[in-house]
Amino acid sequence: MADTRQIRSRRGPVAYVLRTFVIVYLAVLVIWPLYEVGKQTFAPTKSGAEGGFSAFLDRLSDPSVTYAFSLTGTVAFWAVLINTLFGVGISLLIVRYQFPGRRVLSVLVDLPMSVSPVVVGLALVLAYSTGKGWFGEALESVGFYVIGTTPGLVMATAFVSLPLVIREIVPVLEEIGTDAEMAASSLGANGWQTFRRITLPSIKWAVVYGVVLSMARSLGEFGAVKIVSPGAELRGETATLLIQNRYNNYEEPTAYAAAFVLVLASVLALVVVSLIRKEDHP
Amino acid sequence: MKRVLKAAALAVTGALALTACASADGGTGDDGGSAINIVGFAVPEAGNKAAAVEFNKTEAGKDVTISGSYGPSGDQSRKVADTKGKDVDYVVFSLEPDMTRLVDAGLVADDWNAGANKGIVSSSVAVIATEEGNSLGIEDWDDLTRDDVKIVTPDPASSGSAKWNILALYTYAKQNGASEEQADAFLEKVFKNVTTWAASGREATEAFKKGVGNVLLTYENEAILAKQNGEDLDYIVPDHTFLIENPGAVLEDATPAASDWLDFILSDEGQLAFVSKGFRPVTDVDISGVEVQGANDPADPFPTPSSLSTAESLGGWDAINAEWFGKDGVKLRFDNLYAQATKQ
Amino acid sequence: MTDTLVTPPGPAPTRGRPSGTAKSSGGLFRLTPTSGLGLGVALVWFSVLVLLPLAAVVGAAAEGGFGRFWDTLTDAQTFAALRLTVVEALLVTLVNAVVGTVVAWVLVRDQFPGKRVLDVVIDIPFALPTIVAGLVLLSLWGPESPVGVNIVNTRQGIFLALLFVTLPFVVRTVQPVLLELDADVEEAAASLGASRLTTFRRVILPSLVPAIAAGSSLGFARAISEFGSLVLISGNTPYETEVASLKILKFLEGDNQAGAAAVAVLLLIVAVLTIVVLDILSRRVARRG
Repeated sequence: MADTRQIRSRRGPVAYVLRTFVIVYLAVLVIWPLYEVGKQTFAPTKSGAEGGFSAFLDRLSDPSVTYAFSLTGTVAFWAVLINTLFGVGISLLIVRYQFPGRRVLSVLVDLPMSVSPVVVGLALVLAYSTGKGWFGEALESVGFYVIGTTPGLVMATAFVSLPLVIREIVPVLEEIGTDAEMAASSLGANGWQTFRRITLPSIKWAVVYGVVLSMARSLGEFGAVKIVSPGAELRGETATLLIQNRYNNYEEPTAYAAAFVLVLASVLALVVVSLIRKEDHP
Repeated sequence: MKRVLKAAALAVTGALALTACASADGGTGDDGGSAINIVGFAVPEAGNKAAAVEFNKTEAGKDVTISGSYGPSGDQSRKVADTKGKDVDYVVFSLEPDMTRLVDAGLVADDWNAGANKGIVSSSVAVIATEEGNSLGIEDWDDLTRDDVKIVTPDPASSGSAKWNILALYTYAKQNGASEEQADAFLEKVFKNVTTWAASGREATEAFKKGVGNVLLTYENEAILAKQNGEDLDYIVPDHTFLIENPGAVLEDATPAASDWLDFILSDEGQLAFVSKGFRPVTDVDISGVEVQGANDPADPFPTPSSLSTAESLGGWDAINAEWFGKDGVKLRFDNLYAQATKQ
Repeated sequence: MTDTLVTPPGPAPTRGRPSGTAKSSGGLFRLTPTSGLGLGVALVWFSVLVLLPLAAVVGAAAEGGFGRFWDTLTDAQTFAALRLTVVEALLVTLVNAVVGTVVAWVLVRDQFPGKRVLDVVIDIPFALPTIVAGLVLLSLWGPESPVGVNIVNTRQGIFLALLFVTLPFVVRTVQPVLLELDADVEEAAASLGASRLTTFRRVILPSLVPAIAAGSSLGFARAISEFGSLVLISGNTPYETEVASLKILKFLEGDNQAGAAAVAVLLLIVAVLTIVVLDILSRRVARRG
């Protein structure tokens, strides 16, 4: 940790200019638009739309809206669960074990971060759709459908948020080294015991942090889901799809209400993360 | 650790409970009634919703849940084909070829268009919409070649509505005695004024609403719906225009309720529900005395244009597509004009 | 001052040290039957979820042969969309490299009330659903803009949306490096008579460069592939505001699967290049650290 006191004491006009610039930049780029969303949510400019908190609740309690949120919640839950299990496992394997292709794999798991969501959706369709996917026919014959179903939505969501847990755990695993684990196993602990008693406690916060980030990302997935989902009201319409559909369908107030909820959810996730950080590095 | 496990167990149970009420594939409702899943192009959503309310009031439609997926016609048709019609009961498209694809895939019966209405469930005409007050003074298709016009239209690459608009322009030129070359030149000139090719009819309206362009090529019902929703626009039904006919059909493996639904749509009540949202009736239901809010004249909402072309008058959709709109990157008459007009 | 939210999107700073310091003492474990089984399961899932579908995209693009692939990409309209995407992404990356570094600098070195709030604000664009990001921007810069600016269907609109979604990348990669920078070196430089600009240019900047580059490439990859926030903003006008991801959707909607796959493969190549560059850069950052 650097000692910045000295530098700070020499704060000149440049520092004030930079500070002002940063505040104004963030205010205009992020804060002001967010404020406008709040305004549109509680005081819609659309003619005939009611303002206020109870109107906001009314819009959210429409069955198609509650369905959209519960579908989003379900999909995000499964995607995060799968990613967490997979993420912890693959991180351990990549950091702790020696096997051919390990380097390549450690680079490949980052790939989903930079693949366009549209490409993700297209890829899943080309691989698994009943009509033209590579494995569509085979899956159909065992009665399993990916495209247009909840499993498909979970896959699309899991794809895009796959690296988030791994990216959190790998550095921590590397940091703590293997000494304690070696010691435990030389004392006769089996693999599971070592993991539970030694490894897990030290990566606990990294896992939680990764989970919160994946959750935020999963709740908000749009592009990949748009291509994979049937997208119908009460049938595959997730919260983000609902926002687009309502916005395009003269129901801006509902779109803004749903968007506001998602904004709250992501801000909440960020606050949780920043609290975890504090607990992690007191 | 125990607490974590407990919390995880709780979360799993919670999610399982959620799954029970939120799965993406719908299917039959669990309250004893059945569910009809509609896949349609972007525009008829309002009509279907209005009709669904009436349908639920009938004996056959009691307890039936109706849910719809709406988007660009070609895309919606492809999605149904890609999933082999799983969980889809009723489809409605902007134009016939999108239905033909499902017939070819064996999802829709060959005789879907054998009924009295030839499979058409709703109709409208191509119109020109302008900003409120029509300060540009647009009166006819001719005005679209003017330099001060900036057009918003759906893109024929993905949208069915776009094709109707383009055929309206083409038949207008032909009607005024233009040769094929002159008609092409006219189209190209109009295309040069297009500022946005939107993905679907609805997205075109959306772009126009957001202040892009000053003229919108659209359906009459779409313009009426926009006005019903308080949008500031005017529309003109030109003297010559094109009859838009949207095919609808029940899938082979659909729930029995879907046939009731199709029958209902074609009944007087069903058609009146569509009329209330700005569609022209496809049966000879009596609409005198019906007020359509948002129409230029609510009491006489659907003025008869002095000349009206139809897909049939151009030899049907197979012929039209073979001449105009290429697939899979093949460039036909429209595509070449489009490439020519948008070239920089 | 240790509570920076750290690097949600950035490359983990210690990444890429696997066979280096930490473990050279202990070495790597050999695969046991259990861990081998785990590896098998993980690989199968990874293939099913990621590798096979992506291979299917490449397969679909290759179906028509290379000529067809090439024709699609060099079609004037597609090419214009690709060019626009790359140009906008580069511009945004450039702005982010500078502004992101400044933001990180202020967040680390400056002290003022409300700084903690700004620190959280940086992450909002990353955590926000992309479609909501589009809606958020439209509510200020859309047709009902309170300031009377409408960015719908303009290149400025695309630029703004990309700037918004890529905001955290450079900030979050530069921040930790800046935090760990030793003040002594700067003090030494200053005491030797270097001006503050010189100190920054000669002492601080060089150590930030790998982090800036890493953050920029992440931001670039994101900008190239961005979809959700542009759906409501870009008007999809060929040659004007059509970007690659929307072009893919249009191809898909227009039933031109080979076209969609061709553009998708191009984006995939960019994605792969980016993670390779990142891997190299993060090794360099780690070596410095």
